[in-house]
Amino acid sequence: MATLQTRATARLMMSPAVILLFLWMIVPLVMTLYFSFLRYNLLMPGTEEFIGFLNYQYFLTDPAFFTALGNTLMLVGGTLLITVIGGILLAIVLDQPFWGQGIVRLLVIAPFFVMPTVSALVWKNMLMHPVNGLFAWIARSFGFQPIDWFAQLPLFSIILIVAWQWLPFATLILLTALQSLDGEQIEAAEMDGAGALSRFYYLVLPHMSRAITVVILIQTIFLLSVFAEILVTTNGGPGLQTTNITYLIYAQALLQFDVGGASAGGIVAVILANIVAFFLIRLIGKNLER
Amino acid sequence: MGSITLEKVSKSFGTTAVIPEIDLEIVDGEFVVFVGPSGCGKSTLLRMIAGLEDLSGGRIIIDGKDMSSEAPAKRGLSMVFQSYALYPHMSVYGNIAFPLKMNGQDKAAIDKKVKDAAHILNLTNYLDRRPGQLSGGQRQRVAIGRAIVRQPKAFLFDEPLSNLDAALRGNMRLEISDLHHQLKTTMIYVTHDQVEAMTMADKIVVLNAGRIEQVGSPLDLYRSPRNVFVAGFIGSPRMNLIEGQEAAKHNAVTLGVRPEHVRISKTEGAWKGTVGVTEHLGSDTFIHVQVDGIGKITVRTDGDFSTDFGQQVFLTPEPARLHRFDANGQAI
Repeated sequence: MATLQTRATARLMMSPAVILLFLWMIVPLVMTLYFSFLRYNLLMPGTEEFIGFLNYQYFLTDPAFFTALGNTLMLVGGTLLITVIGGILLAIVLDQPFWGQGIVRLLVIAPFFVMPTVSALVWKNMLMHPVNGLFAWIARSFGFQPIDWFAQLPLFSIILIVAWQWLPFATLILLTALQSLDGEQIEAAEMDGAGALSRFYYLVLPHMSRAITVVILIQTIFLLSVFAEILVTTNGGPGLQTTNITYLIYAQALLQFDVGGASAGGIVAVILANIVAFFLIRLIGKNLER
Repeated sequence: MGSITLEKVSKSFGTTAVIPEIDLEIVDGEFVVFVGPSGCGKSTLLRMIAGLEDLSGGRIIIDGKDMSSEAPAKRGLSMVFQSYALYPHMSVYGNIAFPLKMNGQDKAAIDKKVKDAAHILNLTNYLDRRPGQLSGGQRQRVAIGRAIVRQPKAFLFDEPLSNLDAALRGNMRLEISDLHHQLKTTMIYVTHDQVEAMTMADKIVVLNAGRIEQVGSPLDLYRSPRNVFVAGFIGSPRMNLIEGQEAAKHNAVTLGVRPEHVRISKTEGAWKGTVGVTEHLGSDTFIHVQVDGIGKITVRTDGDFSTDFGQQVFLTPEPARLHRFDANGQAI
């Protein structure tokens, strides 16, 4: 019963959780905002003072910032491309009845349970290593020169690793969407003379569009802040080739000890993420409403 | 043209035979209804004709050509599904145009055919809507529209009215019958509802456990059911089936008499009984009578006849309308 009293009680009961969550969010945000207006370098303690927007000016005019921004977008875009297309294909394969389906599905989902640092190390040392790696061995056994992945294709290597981690997630969501497709619709299309490709294009893809939207939305949020994979493989290098915004802020704070500049970078990252989210939601919101 | 011949068609899943060999001839322009209780294989048979299920044996011949292993689209048949199976993200126009588009026809031709179909089915004002915005009856019509634009050799209907409410079902029944008279195309219609079968069919095929029990016109089946199953299945309310002594008097194991062929009287008759439940339909009255030594008998009489619960009445079956069946349930 939603009487006045019960509603008041409900608010009272809920308030501790809401207040805790609010503080959890607002304290770090306000502190970051505060630091971003200070000269605050860990190597020069005691010299903190208010310097206005100078930190922002330095961060935004740093050539590294634009490289990092480009890398971030490449990383997000590339990973989304691989996981969405790969996820659709894998989901279609896994939707077919075949022997050992359960085990294969389990194996496909497995990468999602491996923590990012570990999977990045496995890729770095066991797969992509130019001397000991599996890929190098395959290349050599066919008589090719092995690729030194992290030196020659650093950003692509990172994209591959991150995509490998997120492919199971995309596959899982898209598979459930695929399973909810009405079998009679497919049969009707079959009788209407639609071939396999037309059925995919006119029926399966539109049916999955909502799930694809969800995958893109959720993955974008997480992919904007990829960090562990870069730290354990390339350290942002060679040069700045794999430095994304998150890694740039880390470097500012803990390699150059410039807390003020890093805080300004953090705020810039928050604003950028909100801009991306705004366009994404507008673009995708239409799709979700249907 | 749309004649369909089934020759020794059979279907089994693993070791269970769902349909043991069936032979059936469907003439061009006929309205054939497959009727039977749920699980009797009538939908499977329809899907086999459509090409959505493989045959385990036998041949399906459409217009003289063996189509047993041809793809569904190549058979030239259209199907209306129980769930309508409309494409939810396409407009009504898109749904009806889809088979033509897949057929590679040009835009102007598609447009004309879709508009014609929409006109026939009263959908002209709804062409921009999506299936989700339509009522059940409108969705049904869109599904039919999608079927007729292809100008198929035959229409297949898989329990198309079972998702509609009673009033709408009556309307759609008329509309489909009307459509059949307009188009004069062969139609095969699957239903478990014997009323639909009786009212729409030129020819009824009664199926039970995958076997054909009887084939005939509605009145044939009503007047001379070949066995107990058909007798009990066709007709509403159900035929009274009497066993034991009373049946033996007529040299039968089972004696059947329809409720409308039993006369009821308050003073005299062959069987004495007490009135149980009475159902007043206005035009008719169904009276369930407990007859001594025989059991429950349903009687159909005119709407003005009134009785009270527990009252004593006398029943007399019309001797010419008795159906006699032997120990195997076959008509004598």
